[in-house]
Amino acid sequence: MAATQDPVSVMGPVTDRARHALNQADNPSSPVARFAPDQPLLLDSGHRIDFLQIAYQTYGTLNADKSNAILICHALTGDQHVANNNPVTGKPGWWSEMVGPGLPINTDRYFVICSNVVGGCMGTTGPASTNPATDRVYGLDLPVITVRDMVRAQAMLVDRLGIDTLFSVVGGSLGGMQVLAWATTYPERVFSALPIATGPRHSSQNIAFHEVGRQAVMADPDWRFGRYLDAGTSPRKGLAVARMAAHITYLSDSALHRKFGRNLQDRDKPTFGFDADFQIESYLRHQGSTFVDRFDANSYLYMTRAMDYFDIAAEHGGRLANAFVGTKTRFCVVSFTSDWLFPTVESKTVVRALNAAAASVSFVEIVTDRGHDAFLLDEPEMYATISGFLSSAATARGLR
Amino acid sequence: MNIATNGLSATAQARTDHLAIAELVKPGSRVLDVGCGDGQLLTLLESTQNVDGRGIEISQRGVNECVARGLSVIQGDADTDLVDYPDGAFDYVILSQTLQATHRPRDVLEQLLRIGRHVIISIPNFGYWRIRAYLFAFGRMPVTRNLTYSWYDTPNIHFCTIRDFVLLCDELDATIEKATALKPDGSRNFSAPWWFWNLFGQQAIFLLRR
Repeated sequence: MAATQDPVSVMGPVTDRARHALNQADNPSSPVARFAPDQPLLLDSGHRIDFLQIAYQTYGTLNADKSNAILICHALTGDQHVANNNPVTGKPGWWSEMVGPGLPINTDRYFVICSNVVGGCMGTTGPASTNPATDRVYGLDLPVITVRDMVRAQAMLVDRLGIDTLFSVVGGSLGGMQVLAWATTYPERVFSALPIATGPRHSSQNIAFHEVGRQAVMADPDWRFGRYLDAGTSPRKGLAVARMAAHITYLSDSALHRKFGRNLQDRDKPTFGFDADFQIESYLRHQGSTFVDRFDANSYLYMTRAMDYFDIAAEHGGRLANAFVGTKTRFCVVSFTSDWLFPTVESKTVVRALNAAAASVSFVEIVTDRGHDAFLLDEPEMYATISGFLSSAATARGLR
Repeated sequence: MNIATNGLSATAQARTDHLAIAELVKPGSRVLDVGCGDGQLLTLLESTQNVDGRGIEISQRGVNECVARGLSVIQGDADTDLVDYPDGAFDYVILSQTLQATHRPRDVLEQLLRIGRHVIISIPNFGYWRIRAYLFAFGRMPVTRNLTYSWYDTPNIHFCTIRDFVLLCDELDATIEKATALKPDGSRNFSAPWWFWNLFGQQAIFLLRR
């Protein structure tokens, strides 16, 4: 066995799957809403996007008075394919255990919408999209996007679908930030809100992790200052390292130990080299290499940056409770005991502010050792909380 | 906090307890139920008194049951989480059969008086004659039908008598607007002096204000 090996086995030309993923940016396997320059997306940065395209999926049926729509907001590397097979990976949607007929977010009862966020790479305008004005891939020419910008774009889609008030807005992590941005930007359009494993702002530690990821991408020579698509390359090594580092933050020490321990990968003893001796190394390399096949590196920069800029209190005079004054939205906040990326204290800050604003709020901390990623996994207590909260809200909303 | 109810919640007596509390709450008011369990009392208050109700409950199961009932309930601990509420946020703050299970009953009561314009508290009375008799006769910590825990594993770490509680209210300058003692059969509203209550009341309900 060689003493050294390429630390991340993702070398070589852009794979077929990655090429397929790139095609998704302009020609997604989803319905698309297009907005002409007379309906620009106005951004927090002061810039605008003149030819906005939004790719989205829907599940279930919108009722006659359009009162049963739930908007699901996806996380950092998620997409609109919540409950159908993903067109790039071929795997079931990221919340296929949560969303569907008879499931906690019951598509027999609710009309579910999920759109790829602005800055993403699955068909909504993002850095991998072709700018219709120049016929060139945006790359870093795309203005920096904020969470509120993502939500403004979603509101344009919801308008286009003819829906005034959303029955609920639901999401975890970055998706949970979008839920909070919806509830504070369009309070009258959100009947109920379910922010999961999230917080009212991105912490210093979280910004630090994101910066490590971005620097890994930008340090890859194939990044080419963001113009890699013009050259037919991709900063695969940098992006894989970014994903590996980030992935650790989505798990927990005890979950890693339970799953991998110090077990060796396909060998009886250490090789005394830098090959992936340990199962955890092999696992992370796999996470990195599969990620680069489905995700655009620049998109990763934009999405992480959007999270970094998120700070609701700062948008409301430094006091979080101000953001919720007078709200009639019913909130259900969910956190997980072993989540150290968005620890329970972040959720409690939101709950405290909602209490101070006399809002209707429930809060559950789910006991699990699976860390931040728990919101994507089979957690019966989370399912019970979400289905119970939505059912009672549906009764209050007069839904059948 | 649900563990502190000594299995009372399902019994007819607990219902009497809840009904007695409900009578003290003005219709349409804002109410916080601290240690709300599975939400029985809040449901009663919302249906009979049309209150705007909120709850705090320590157990995940209790919170989930409440959320499924459509109640707004936060998972939290009376000992640590009451500080998060603003002054005078509620018309009534209710602590039902829970004070004896808190680590710092005095601090908790102070917080309740700060958060609510009124506080409704129900306590099991350790001065009840059967408990005194048990201790007197056996010389051991009482274990009765309603106090089922042994001393070493009880969640009820701060028992008091009705008289003890009245003295604490004095210390905190809380005004007792109403007080009711419940006999074991659930009957109440008997007018009697304090010493009689303290001996024959199995539990007591107080309506306090700052």
